[in-house]
Amino acid sequence: MALSGMRGLSVFISDIRNCQNKEQERLRVDKELGHIRTRFKNEKGLTPYEKKKYVWKMLYIYMLGYDVDFGHMEAVSLISAPKYPEKQVGYIVTSSLLNENHDFLRLAINTVRNDIIGRNETFQCLALTLVGNIGGREFAESLAPDVQKLLLSSSCRPLVRKKAALCLLRLFRKNPDVVNVDGWSDRMAQLLDERDIGVLTSSMSLFVALVSKDYDSYWSCLPKCVKVLERLARNQDIPQEYTYYGIPSPWLQVKTMRALQYFPTIEDPNTRRSLFEVLQRVLMGTDVVKNVNKNNASHAVLFEALALVMHLDAEKEMMSQCVALLGKFIAVREPNIRYLGLENMTRMLMVTDVQDIIKRHQAQIITSLKDPDISIRRRALDLLYGMCDVSNAKDIVEELLQYLATADFAMREELSLKAAILAEKFAPDLSWYVDVILQLIDKAGDFVSDDIWFRVVQFVTNNEDLQPYAALKAREYLDKPAIHETMVKVSAYLLGEYSHLLARRPGCSPKEIFAIIHDKLPTVSTPTIPILLSTYAKILMHSQPPDPELQNQIWAVFSKYESCIDVEIQQRAAEYFALSRKGAALVDILAEMPKFPERKSSLIKKAEDTEADTAEQSAIKLRAQQQTSNALTVTDQPTANGVPPEAQLGPVKMPSMSNEGHNTAEQVLTRSNGSATDLQASTPSPDLLGDLLSPLAIEGPPTASAESERIQVSGSAIAADALALAPVGDQTNAVQPIGNIAERFHALCLKDSGVLYEDPYVQIGIKAEWRSHQGRLVLFLGNKNTAPLVSVQALMLAPAHLKLELSEVPQIIPPRAQVQCPLEVVNLRPSRDLAVLEFSYKLGTDLVNVKLRLPAVLNKFLQPIPVSAEEFFPQWRSLSGPPLKLQEVVRGVKPMPLVEMANLLNSFRLMVCPGLDPNTNNLVASTTFYSESTRAMLCLVRIETDPADRTQLRMTVATGDPALTYELKEFVKEQLISIPPASLAPQPVPQQAPPNPPIAQSDPGAMLAALL
Amino acid sequence: MIHFVLLISRQGKVRLTKWYSPYAQKERTKVVRELSGMILSRGPKLCNFVEWRGFKVVYKRYASLYFCMCVNEDDNELEILEIIHHFVEILDRYFGSVCELDLIFNFHKAYYILDEILIAGELQESSKKAVARLIAAQDSLVEAAKEQANSVSYMISQATK
Repeated sequence: MALSGMRGLSVFISDIRNCQNKEQERLRVDKELGHIRTRFKNEKGLTPYEKKKYVWKMLYIYMLGYDVDFGHMEAVSLISAPKYPEKQVGYIVTSSLLNENHDFLRLAINTVRNDIIGRNETFQCLALTLVGNIGGREFAESLAPDVQKLLLSSSCRPLVRKKAALCLLRLFRKNPDVVNVDGWSDRMAQLLDERDIGVLTSSMSLFVALVSKDYDSYWSCLPKCVKVLERLARNQDIPQEYTYYGIPSPWLQVKTMRALQYFPTIEDPNTRRSLFEVLQRVLMGTDVVKNVNKNNASHAVLFEALALVMHLDAEKEMMSQCVALLGKFIAVREPNIRYLGLENMTRMLMVTDVQDIIKRHQAQIITSLKDPDISIRRRALDLLYGMCDVSNAKDIVEELLQYLATADFAMREELSLKAAILAEKFAPDLSWYVDVILQLIDKAGDFVSDDIWFRVVQFVTNNEDLQPYAALKAREYLDKPAIHETMVKVSAYLLGEYSHLLARRPGCSPKEIFAIIHDKLPTVSTPTIPILLSTYAKILMHSQPPDPELQNQIWAVFSKYESCIDVEIQQRAAEYFALSRKGAALVDILAEMPKFPERKSSLIKKAEDTEADTAEQSAIKLRAQQQTSNALTVTDQPTANGVPPEAQLGPVKMPSMSNEGHNTAEQVLTRSNGSATDLQASTPSPDLLGDLLSPLAIEGPPTASAESERIQVSGSAIAADALALAPVGDQTNAVQPIGNIAERFHALCLKDSGVLYEDPYVQIGIKAEWRSHQGRLVLFLGNKNTAPLVSVQALMLAPAHLKLELSEVPQIIPPRAQVQCPLEVVNLRPSRDLAVLEFSYKLGTDLVNVKLRLPAVLNKFLQPIPVSAEEFFPQWRSLSGPPLKLQEVVRGVKPMPLVEMANLLNSFRLMVCPGLDPNTNNLVASTTFYSESTRAMLCLVRIETDPADRTQLRMTVATGDPALTYELKEFVKEQLISIPPASLAPQPVPQQAPPNPPIAQSDPGAMLAALL
Repeated sequence: MIHFVLLISRQGKVRLTKWYSPYAQKERTKVVRELSGMILSRGPKLCNFVEWRGFKVVYKRYASLYFCMCVNEDDNELEILEIIHHFVEILDRYFGSVCELDLIFNFHKAYYILDEILIAGELQESSKKAVARLIAAQDSLVEAAKEQANSVSYMISQATK
């Protein structure tokens, strides 16, 4: 045992160790802190040695978990000590005690900078370490260029440069906007040639951070990475000290493979071949050995190689090797490897079409669900959830239910939610679904959220065939001696609605049903009582002719609760009591609940909510692609009945049918039902409780006119719903888009990435880059479902002025996968015509076909350019009149303040140049337009507004090309007359009838665009 | 990226903490408490990974000490596990068969060494020799300064007599 070398510190540590209990320890710590505080107050008497000793003590106390709210200043001040020992302590303690948000750090910036730019290598190292560990924004602002210099300097030794690389990595990671990395691709390429493995490892980490933000600038580095991998794989020129248990730096191998995963693909065949050779060698040549560390290191590399193969979507052969390996891994005893096998198998599900092979391992995976290790159980659960489909849903869900009884509390909620979702998504028949949910409530009632039982009620209400079955099941559960309160709720609700369907069975007479439910009443909490009261009212309604004895019993309950302190209970009791005296009319007032309008399952929504944000980003960011597909899985969103068609849930009746009966026949009396539907239709509230309970709690009768209006409203709402609900095949627009297509288009006219189109099956994202007259777009076609998307076609209808080249679109998109289709655009000449993407796929036997405008609009070929007065006026004058300079008085302009108009122009890349026009009511803007025919062409725009009448203005456009002048003038006019999302163009109907023949037949794109 | 490094003893005593992501003092204490509860209760034959608040904690027990590193969910777990071992081997070499007491009384040395292995939550040096050389150089700098200080103070005390 070595002592600290500082006696005072060692004594203090020993004292702490000798404390018998926490209280003693606290006393000793407080005493020490008091001592240090008084010593610091009188700083003059402190020797450097004492100062050092005290800040170490502070760090030690801090580490034990005590608040240390003074002395930061002393620690920071040691940094500026001239001698190494003090400086070192200052740096280390500061970086351990403070974090980037502490104000005290600011005091140190200057000293740190001096150390970094100074000549003392050891000081440089200390300073770089501090900045690398806790450097915040201010450090980035003042130090980033100096750190870059050190990293690239040829006179610095490796020990400084490797620290500089990681220091820069931190600054960049935290504040990418401050650290300027323009033009870094060449420097990075140079750094990747580095021979020193220490520097190379650090540089590779930096590289990973850079490509994760922007891979496109670093294509030139890709072959270098492959070279590094080859060098490591062949163990060429790797010093002995950099091999770890015989493996050439496994960490560098892992990092390099990680970096490669940020590139969407590797095009160069030679590079690709070299890389696959390396990967093949890793996949084939990794053996299990006895030494744990060697094993871990080689498997770290192996798992990273697997991830890279999955990412590059390698040839089928290699992929099947991967699946085989993973299959082996999930069966081994070694827990780490099994854990990682399960984890990576889940990732693999999302990338490729290997579900069938993975299904073969189902039994093995289920064993892991019973593993003693919760980490492994979690992975197994995730994997089972991911691999579940119609074919294995029954087995998997039953396993989950079985496991639920013994699962840890930490997992039960997740488990029951997952089981409920799977049951809903993949139920082979609905009665099974009801069974599952009821079992779920029975086994883990505390962990079953309300959403789950609301959903089952919704299903039962909407499927008549299911009602007797559900009622019977509910009745059976009530026989159990002790049941969960949620079970009381759901069975009371179901029996209230449907127990009359069981009337002839033994034990199911209204009286018996009432008795058994009423038995539970004393055991339930306040929120459940209203549900029971509604059930009693329903029972009463269904027992016609009334049974006086039952009636009296129920009335007694109602009158008892009429004076209940809970308002909800009191109101219901009073109203039901009054209503139930209305005799035969009761039947109509308390008629059966109408069907619920179909909507997305709130469960699935809940599951996806957490991931929605990431999905949006990752459609754009490359690295996160795996997450994208992950997020897509849960967005699976059913057309009818909350269940994808492949689940075959049986016929779903249109609510309009049954409701029409109600609406026309008994006008007055459908009130409760009518208003209920109304409520559901108009408020898209995700929670169903309101829907379930509101119709039964009737408030004062509305006036007759309001009444009829209401019914009408609900009627039409239902009709509209019915449309949306039509089963696939009934109508041409079987699939409804999610979100407004026109709005998405307009948004994309202004930005370069986002979602172009989305429906329950497909999501089409777009990412564009524009350079002068060329554009490179990538279409991201994502299949959101668990079934492959077939007969996919994407057809480009190009207007005459655009040259479009769409790379091949695969006919089939695997389940939950995303394919990227690059699209090259060349602008030949000025035009406002639009390109149209005709996208289609097959859903069962039906063709879903949408025509989408592509945001390759005129303003994308504009490049804002500021002009000075000296440049502007001669140019303006030289373009003297038509056709190069056109003027028009525009009326019907959407009134807006001048600033807003300026912003609008700027957003379309027309750069407003303030100060050029002396009249402050006028705007002058300039830009450059690029096309093949015009090349770069300067465009000048002047808008004169009339402060007295904002709806009119005079616009003058001048360019060197007559066609461009005209097109640009019209384009700007379109923007001004009405602001885009409102009505720039009529809203496109996704499923359009084939276009009429007029207009220029030769140019189908322009023709269609005109139609859209 | 490694968000933080924790060394906890079997009794739940903290032996070293190093934070590469900003955590306020209160959070730090909470994190330590939560994780020691989770990790110390795990049996010996389980895997070395624990899922926690959307992160993963990779840990390994050496005698009475648990070395823990918290990383992102999609980081390579085995790589981190071997960084831990790399750190332990370097400590072992430096102290000569390291034990918990070495780290208690020389916790500052452990900080110096860790700073030569990790910066910004990333591996800085994978050569044990290189790290050993640097630490030795630092030690000799401190020694030299101490000798010098001693002699100067000696001179001063002589002069002021």
